[in-house]
Amino acid sequence: MNKERYKELTNKIIPKEDKVKNGLTAFFIGGLIGFLGQLIVFVLEKVFNVPYKDATSIMIVILIFLASLFTALGFFDNLVSKAKAGLIVPITGFAHAMTSSMIDYKKEGLITGIGANAFKLTGSVILYGVVSAYVFGIIRYLFFGG
Amino acid sequence: MIFLYSFLFCGVVCLIGQIILDNTSFTPGHVTSLFVVLGTFLDSFGLYDKFIKWFGAGTLVPITSFGHSLIHGALDAANEKGILGLLGGMFSLTSAGIVAAIVFGFILTIIFKAKN
Repeated sequence: MNKERYKELTNKIIPKEDKVKNGLTAFFIGGLIGFLGQLIVFVLEKVFNVPYKDATSIMIVILIFLASLFTALGFFDNLVSKAKAGLIVPITGFAHAMTSSMIDYKKEGLITGIGANAFKLTGSVILYGVVSAYVFGIIRYLFFGG
Repeated sequence: MIFLYSFLFCGVVCLIGQIILDNTSFTPGHVTSLFVVLGTFLDSFGLYDKFIKWFGAGTLVPITSFGHSLIHGALDAANEKGILGLLGGMFSLTSAGIVAAIVFGFILTIIFKAKN
């Protein structure tokens, strides 16, 4: 069987992903996470009298904790495969990627498993974030005066 | 009203991410990296700060705000200490998130077993 024929056959069997449905799911789930973030900040500010800057940090930490916990409990992967970008693009995706890569390599030991693979998926986010922030920061600082 | 704006902003960012995922060969890693760079780019004009003012804390949830916090911390420190501040202040705002992800991830990994 040649390659083209094979591709034709597999394309028939693989179900076509509904892009509109995917987009709407991502929109609603992502929106809900954003709403939740705003809600947590609102409650912290109004009920616990936390200053706004601290409230936003606590909100990020709460979301990261929940995402890590649900990943460790094992059911976050299913949610991510359903909601896709709705959970990957918010900060929950960052925590999910980190915890899941640590858990996946746990059996290879503390150093060569967990230690070496902790940043396997999130490393690129940190790397490109830092490099681009440095480059844009230098440009802004030197040419536009901070 | 700020709740609705938060919902819409975060939803639209995720929608853009999903459209990129569906229509290109990009993996989730590509999309998140792209969005971080986009966040730093938007904040180098101070635009992301305006988003935060207009749309509330929902803007701090997508990964774009990670890039925004990186460059924001770096520039704040650069204004105080000069060019060295760009290096020293890079993580000043995001460290809470990164440290939380590392520590919680590690502790939970030690406690729980992999599903398969």
